[in-house]
Amino acid sequence: MGSVARLDVLPSSRGSGTIGARVKLSLVDVLLAEPETRLCAVETLRWLARHAGIERAVCAVVDPESGRLTGLTGLGVPPAVVEAFSLDLSDRTHPLVVAMAGSEPIAFHDSGQILPRPFDTPLGKASFHAVPLGSSQQEMGPGLLLLAGAGDGPVSDDVLWAAELLGMRLAALGYRRIQTDERRHKRERSLLLAVIHAVTDPILLTDADGRILIANAGAETLLTAGDEKREGWRRAVALNNMLFSASLFTAERGPTRRELLLVDPSEGKELLFEVLSTPVAIRSGENGIVSVLRNVTDLRRATEEIEENYRRLRLAEAATRAERDRLDLILNSVLEPILVTDPAGNIARMNPPAERMFTLPGRRDGRDGRGSEIERRVQANDAVFTSFVSNLYAGQSLRWRGELNLIDPKTGATIPMEAISGRLVSKHGEETAVVTILHDLTEAMEKAVLYEQVKRHSEELREKVREATAELAGQNELLRRQALELEQASALKSQFLANVSHELRTPLNAIMGYTHLMLEGVSGAVNLAQQDKLSRVDANARHLLAVINDLLDITRIESGKMPVQAERILLSELIDEVMTEVEPVIAGTRLAVTRDLSPDLPEIETDRQKVKQIVLNLLSNALKFTPQGSIAIRLEHHGPAGEISIAVTDTGIGIAEENQKTIFEAFEQANSSYARRQGGTGLGLTICRRLASLLDGRIALASQLGEGSTFTLFLPAKSRTA
Amino acid sequence: MTSDNKPAPLVLVVDDVDHGREIFAEYLEFRGFRVATAADGLEAIEKTHELRPDVILMDLSLPGIDGWEATRRLKEDPSTRDIPIIALTAHALASAHDKARAVGCNSVVTKPCLPKDLEQEVRRQLAARSGGAPEDTAQP
Repeated sequence: MGSVARLDVLPSSRGSGTIGARVKLSLVDVLLAEPETRLCAVETLRWLARHAGIERAVCAVVDPESGRLTGLTGLGVPPAVVEAFSLDLSDRTHPLVVAMAGSEPIAFHDSGQILPRPFDTPLGKASFHAVPLGSSQQEMGPGLLLLAGAGDGPVSDDVLWAAELLGMRLAALGYRRIQTDERRHKRERSLLLAVIHAVTDPILLTDADGRILIANAGAETLLTAGDEKREGWRRAVALNNMLFSASLFTAERGPTRRELLLVDPSEGKELLFEVLSTPVAIRSGENGIVSVLRNVTDLRRATEEIEENYRRLRLAEAATRAERDRLDLILNSVLEPILVTDPAGNIARMNPPAERMFTLPGRRDGRDGRGSEIERRVQANDAVFTSFVSNLYAGQSLRWRGELNLIDPKTGATIPMEAISGRLVSKHGEETAVVTILHDLTEAMEKAVLYEQVKRHSEELREKVREATAELAGQNELLRRQALELEQASALKSQFLANVSHELRTPLNAIMGYTHLMLEGVSGAVNLAQQDKLSRVDANARHLLAVINDLLDITRIESGKMPVQAERILLSELIDEVMTEVEPVIAGTRLAVTRDLSPDLPEIETDRQKVKQIVLNLLSNALKFTPQGSIAIRLEHHGPAGEISIAVTDTGIGIAEENQKTIFEAFEQANSSYARRQGGTGLGLTICRRLASLLDGRIALASQLGEGSTFTLFLPAKSRTA
Repeated sequence: MTSDNKPAPLVLVVDDVDHGREIFAEYLEFRGFRVATAADGLEAIEKTHELRPDVILMDLSLPGIDGWEATRRLKEDPSTRDIPIIALTAHALASAHDKARAVGCNSVVTKPCLPKDLEQEVRRQLAARSGGAPEDTAQP
């Protein structure tokens, strides 16, 4: 950007030339040798600086396209200022345009004089000369030199000569360029059009009003229609034009990309286009728009398909990744080492337990030798494992089971391992990997040892049990024999007693019989004294008989030969019978015998004969041991499911407490001498108690010496044995 | 003593023991019965056929044919079947009694037995056979 200068405009007075022909010739040589317009200008400005005292300069040339004077090169002026310099040649009043039109140099002086108009100058406020380039062949030369530093004096002939030379050279170069450019432009234009038409995508250039300037075949099909086209075609084209024009409004400010739906005039199908519109300068001050339409109807479908495929791929990928993560989780969660080997025999994957066996730990300190030891063990493991897997590859089977001895890298302990390998074969029969699971057999082996021990102990135990059982069986047999012997002994005893009884009864029969015969006077009369003595023989024989009978009873009870014959009985009737039997005895005493029967006595199921024997015995005892007073028989029923009691209470001699327990033992009588006098056998209560027990009953005794006794027989209301 | 001319009932007392026979025989004769005796089973059968007693007192433990066997044979024989047999035994166990009843004894009396008790049983059996009440007439 130049500064705004206020300068005097004076015609430059021409000074005489001082530069020699040789120096001038050097410039001519340089310029002729230089085909580049700009470099010619540069060389000229340098030459002027060197030989004409020019300090600062700008060379501007006419741009035939835009019709403007623009900066070409400068000397002592920033390039940006040179480039920025641009002057509209149609501005005829501009001082520099005026200078261009003239043939003489014009000097501008910074004199403070008011100019017709201020203007931008690339040389700032300094005074300068404007020297038109050589203009002999044209109304307006090809350019203008602005020169400063040669003093305020007139422009020398040397300077004018150089300006003319440069002008001629530039004109020559410019002419040639225009000539070549035009040919090239024509060629390029036809080429460009050929290219544009060759592109199947519709391409068109429109002017600011939307009129089509250039259209290739594709665009013509869509947007132009001659009269020869049918009605539908023409309507489609009209519609397309409308749609396209409407879409252009957005494109005027800059490049746009949008989608546009047009109609295929030949088939009537809808086509989707991606429209790229770029504003371009058609000529100075006029913009047009280049639009490229790309049929994306199929593309969009394809894009959608691709997007869908991509989405599926992503999903599948995610699924695969998830599956792989899951597999990793599974693998890592297994406590036993798992290794995946590729067909080359390299370990492709391992879970952490396998890593402990086959990889070195992160820490490697070879200095203390421990690391190298671990390394050695890991390598040994690897060798063993590789050898194992190569067995599998050598064979045909899909599975391989074997045992390996690996070394624990940390401890160096040998670990017996069971290895199970499986080959993974793809659908096409291609071997992809071998998966191996290692199972630590240490525990199993220890268990096997333990199992053996347990088995041995178990065997021993079984043997002991067998021995014990045998011993037990022996003892059982012994016991059985003893039981048998006891039974036999018991039977023998019973038989013995029966025999004794028989052998005693026979002579007793004789004793009692003869005594009786004598007492009856069968063998003649006996006197009173003899009668008395015979009675004593009779009484003793009867006592002996009673003892024998009681003994026999006890024997029968003990040997189980006294069966219980249960029947339903009324105890009141039974008591009547007993009373009838003892009536003669009662009559011989002065005792009052009373009966007290509870009114609610039920029938009971029991052995009538045995109950009667017990009651008779108790009553007989009461009668025997009660010198005076009374005897009471009381029957009571204790509750519906309870017991029946038959109590015989006397006011007799009573039994001392210390004797109350032994009274039921055989041959025990509290008062032996008294009892003997009363003719007791000493077995009565023993038999009573045992009979009561046979009937699921019991006998209780309450007594006080001298105060009398109460014997109570308790019987179940209903016999359990019934 | 019977008052009419009908002969007194004949009792056959069977016992291998002399005093056994003697006591009951003597007492029954004293009480007015006619008495015959036998010392073993075979003799008892022979005497029964020979004498046709009105009642038999049969001791069970006898040499040779014992009382049970003799009773069984007499009860099988229609000619002697109706004669009442009173078993007399020193066996006090029920089994001996049951066995005696099983072979046909009309009653069982356990020794020792007072002669008057035995007489009572004889009269009871005689009465049962004649279908009447026991005769008290012989009682002193």
